[in-house]
Amino acid sequence: MSQDDQNGRDNTQAFYRGLTQPRLTRQNFLRGSGAALMAALAPQIARAEKVTDWKAWWAKQVPTKEFVFANWPLYIDVSSDGKTHPTLNAFTKQTGIKVTYDEVIQDDPSFYAKVAPVLKSGSPTGYDMIVMTDGWYLTEMLMQNWLVPLWREKVPNFDKYAGSSVKNPPYDPGNKHSMVWQSGLTGIGYNPKLTKREITSIDDLWDPAFAGHIGMFSDVNEIGSFGMYKLGINPTTSTPDDWQKAAAVLQDQKAKGLVRQYYDQSYINALENGDIWITMAWSGDIYQANGKGYTDLKFVVPKEGATIWHDNMCIPVGASNPLSALDWMNYYYTPEVAGLVEDYVNYICPVPAAQDYILNVIKDPAVANSPLVFPPADELARVHEFRAFTSYAEYQQWLNTFNPVVQG
Amino acid sequence: MRRLRGKLAPYLLSLPSWVYLIVFFIIPLASMLGMALAVGDPLSGYTISDNFQEFVTGFTSYEDAFARSFWYGTASTVITLAVAYPVAYWIAFYGGRHKSTYLFLIMLPFFVSFVIRVLAWEFILSDQGFVLGPLKAIGLLPQNFHVLSTQWAVIGGLVYNSFAYYVLPLYVVLEKIDRRLVRAANDLYASPSTAFMKIILPLSAPGVFAGFLLVFVTNVGDFVNAALLGGPGTYMIGNIIQDSFFENQDYPMAAALSSILMLMLMIAILLYSKAFGTEAIQEYAA
Repeated sequence: MSQDDQNGRDNTQAFYRGLTQPRLTRQNFLRGSGAALMAALAPQIARAEKVTDWKAWWAKQVPTKEFVFANWPLYIDVSSDGKTHPTLNAFTKQTGIKVTYDEVIQDDPSFYAKVAPVLKSGSPTGYDMIVMTDGWYLTEMLMQNWLVPLWREKVPNFDKYAGSSVKNPPYDPGNKHSMVWQSGLTGIGYNPKLTKREITSIDDLWDPAFAGHIGMFSDVNEIGSFGMYKLGINPTTSTPDDWQKAAAVLQDQKAKGLVRQYYDQSYINALENGDIWITMAWSGDIYQANGKGYTDLKFVVPKEGATIWHDNMCIPVGASNPLSALDWMNYYYTPEVAGLVEDYVNYICPVPAAQDYILNVIKDPAVANSPLVFPPADELARVHEFRAFTSYAEYQQWLNTFNPVVQG
Repeated sequence: MRRLRGKLAPYLLSLPSWVYLIVFFIIPLASMLGMALAVGDPLSGYTISDNFQEFVTGFTSYEDAFARSFWYGTASTVITLAVAYPVAYWIAFYGGRHKSTYLFLIMLPFFVSFVIRVLAWEFILSDQGFVLGPLKAIGLLPQNFHVLSTQWAVIGGLVYNSFAYYVLPLYVVLEKIDRRLVRAANDLYASPSTAFMKIILPLSAPGVFAGFLLVFVTNVGDFVNAALLGGPGTYMIGNIIQDSFFENQDYPMAAALSSILMLMLMIAILLYSKAFGTEAIQEYAA
């Protein structure tokens, strides 16, 4: 296959992913809402017996030849005829485990709404592996003990190949329940033709020269973190006092007429159209926009910091093939497999060694050399995680602090 | 026996609609009200109590959003009526044998997904887009002028999306008006405008009324237009409810806000129908 084919297909893949997998889609807000309401009201009945000794539980598990994997759409490599997933096929060939791959996760809230009533009633979800973004919904699943603690000794490749940015994350210390599938950065996206200068700092989002052309995110986790970067505070270790201060600088930004709009994923259209010149942005979106022909657009990790988020592989309780799920994790965490997936998905690869594999074996320098797919170490050194909430009350306090910024 | 069956028949025949109402209206409504009164959190679960606090907090903290939603809803409905009436009138009176084609053309854009249509407006109205760009280039508009991210973009989006829903009920009543009445008015030396004011407008009142309900209720609760076309300070109550439900996972608040909105809409509709409602329509018709 020629180099151009490879890139062309990659871009298409990334492009369709952008179309079909908005991270905070408004279309899906109504979907599953009924289910969530029912889940909230469901009486606490028929709880299955709680597993307390997970070591003994793992010891009881018998290897199976099946594996049901629930993932987001267009989040894995696809064969050139578009019908199969080469890495999954190779996994089946090597292990004899048959994979059922379901692209059923549109966004975290609605997927949570779908599985929560099932898990609450103690029934199996039917999935052996699900992929959830770090944030309140993942935390909530962990708090309710709905994710199986991993048998780490079965996944030696993780310790061998995982990058430091995905090891021991604050939302799941020691990777006890999760391993990263892909990561992404929230930094600043801008159009140098309109800003007329290069952007390096968070302060540029408060620059009066760009008044009315600055985009901010409506997601309160995202925008709250950026308010803190402006003040030089690390959100993961921040206090409610810091939140108040961050909300105040964000309110000030709004009061001065700097903010054009608080966007969901539609910010990328506004950036492409030139309505906004500088905005909070996801690295993957800028990569896709460049591929679509908006080659001016740039992404930067500001010097004060940016946010790294992770989509995590987890095993929900009640999974009937947990050993197969571990086999898959171990299989994924190699430069070859992670590299193959990465060459299609173009987010941030959890296996740094995959960069060499993509460059020298797949021979796709466009992906291998992209700082958006393999961010340089100095960039990763200044990124922060989302705050990992420890209780609903704490989460609510955060919401009450930052919601008025967006909703006012 | 036969008499009894005769008496029961209408009830038995209406049974399916009763079941429908209970399953799809009464039960959801009751569970929403129950949720609004519940205390608890998503982790430990909820218990229904007699806690009305969410109603008070919900109303007082989001007064602005409620007021804004009613303002956007009213403005957009009135503008939609002003735009849709002439169109429906023209189709009904001058559409000739192509009436159904024209109606089909009005419905046509609605075969495209709602969100895609709103996103298309984002593209059309963008600051340097093919509408505003040339106007700015020839100096008709200042460089900093923008439509998106203002309340007028939101109201405009609402008008666009409710247009067809107003044309259809108006068309139905206008189409039914007996043309001989207009001719009689002309014979009695009424000018065309007098004939319109005294005959056509009163007879089309039921369509105006029905369309108003349809459009107003939908628009007040809308959240997509505000989210995509609005800016800071255009948050509607629909957006708040959606945030409370999904982002905040504050189910009691979301349910309380929905209940308040429903109550306010019911009051608005009652007042409206008292003023221009069914009785007035019957008077006109008589």
